[in-house]
Amino acid sequence: MNIKIDVKNLDFFYGDFKALNNINIEIEENKVTAFIGPSGCGKSTFIRTMNRMNDLIDGTKHVGEIIYEGKNIYSSEVDVVELRTKVGMVFQKPNPFPKSIYENIVFGPKRNGIKKKAELDRIVETSLKDAALWEEVKDRLDSSAWSLSGGQQQRLCIARALAMKPDVLLMDEPTSALDPVATSKIEELIGELKDKYTIVIVTHSMQQAGRISDNTAFFLMGKLIEYGETSKIFSNPEDKRTEDYITGRFG
Amino acid sequence: MYAIQEKSKKINRNKIKKRNVKERCIKIILFLLASISILTTIGIVIILSRETISFLREVSIIEFLTGTEWTALFANPKFGVLPLVMGTLMIAVYGSFIAIPIGLGSAIYLSEYASEKTRKIVKPLLEILSGIPSIVYGYFALTFITPLLQKVIPDINIFNALSASVAVGIMIIPMISSLSEDAMKAVPNEIRQGAYALGATKFEVSIKIVVPAALSSIISSFVLAISRAIGETMIVSLAAGSTPKLTLNPLESVQTMTSFIVQVASGDVTHGSLIYKTIFAVGMLLFLITLIMNIIARMIIKKYREEY
Repeated sequence: MNIKIDVKNLDFFYGDFKALNNINIEIEENKVTAFIGPSGCGKSTFIRTMNRMNDLIDGTKHVGEIIYEGKNIYSSEVDVVELRTKVGMVFQKPNPFPKSIYENIVFGPKRNGIKKKAELDRIVETSLKDAALWEEVKDRLDSSAWSLSGGQQQRLCIARALAMKPDVLLMDEPTSALDPVATSKIEELIGELKDKYTIVIVTHSMQQAGRISDNTAFFLMGKLIEYGETSKIFSNPEDKRTEDYITGRFG
Repeated sequence: MYAIQEKSKKINRNKIKKRNVKERCIKIILFLLASISILTTIGIVIILSRETISFLREVSIIEFLTGTEWTALFANPKFGVLPLVMGTLMIAVYGSFIAIPIGLGSAIYLSEYASEKTRKIVKPLLEILSGIPSIVYGYFALTFITPLLQKVIPDINIFNALSASVAVGIMIIPMISSLSEDAMKAVPNEIRQGAYALGATKFEVSIKIVVPAALSSIISSFVLAISRAIGETMIVSLAAGSTPKLTLNPLESVQTMTSFIVQVASGDVTHGSLIYKTIFAVGMLLFLITLIMNIIARMIIKKYREEY
């Protein structure tokens, strides 16, 4: 069992508000790790620290370390642009660029300096196949990404992230804007992707966490309450608060 | 009891009837208000066309559109409109050379780079530029820009196209920056985040994602600004001179279509004379050029529309 990301004593602040309080967690390689907890518990904030997306918000600061590939990602020797190419992200609302399907996929590879048409074509095909979208769109790669359905758009966003050949895939409630059919497709896909990638997923649905994740972390008011194998967290939680949340007593 | 009920029903019906009549009247009044501007436009087109047709009875359309000499006010007048068109286009094109980079650059800065605080100060300041009357820009061109240019280029004419272009360019900057900035701000933040998450830098997000996403509105801001430059009258009348000349040299004095119309209309012209009709013909041409530009702009916008 390899540790992919090691978080040590992480605090995170929006201005004066402390959103994360002393988080310690080890994310395992080639596993699906789910973050659950009620709204405002800090799970989304936390996943966004892992590719430093929170840097884009003014007035945020952090204390502590996130170790990835032997380096603290917040240290000055780590290039945030490079970090984000290795730690990809899929968002809550599908957010394809208002460009063609093809252009959406090649955006990342192109800015990484890949220019050959044949190679870009190959990347488009493999990424779309990996995201289980190829069969549905192979004949209309030039049409607008916005013409796709919500579920297809989300798989396109996954394909877009995969085109960067990332190491870790962060997913921030990737199915919350989708219908049940599209949701089950994405969940199936996550199961296939974990062979190649380390996946961290924030989810609002405990059932989803139970279905797709290997490990589960329960957050409450900015604190990591309990972390362990999903089967254990769901069947035999150690903390009373975890049990209350899982059995639906609040949240 | 029954009678009372009947009575209150009747009152109710009357109330509804009254309200319906009122609603219908309001609809008619609003429709009339909206038609005023349409009727005015139709009226203008009719008058322009009538005088233009009567002008074209005396001057052939081929001479008018292809002639390279414009001496309408001379004893033996020639009516080749090309020098005026060239003067107009030259000012518009050189003006856009100044306004488009500055306008788009400030729009990108304000929308993507500036802090909320800076934006709140700079944006209204830029918009003040568009509130300055164009006659002020005209004097600014004549008494400030021209002397400045004369220091750099000693043999420049006192009245020259360059000075007017610079002033016209400055005047249309806020149109471009303001409209483009609004369009860029309207691009949803999720899209920017998607690009950042793929490792894009701020500059790449601005140029490769935000600007293309807002392109249709940005182009329409260019076209609106250029139309404004084409129709601009006071600056060119004051600073560009009144010498109709077929030239691309911005250091020379030229005359635009608008400044010719001002020159004639502010002199004394006999109603119905050929020179009187000339200003309508030139006006008609000006109207057609702006109309065609707007149509082209619509086509471009349709083609490049990226919806979100």
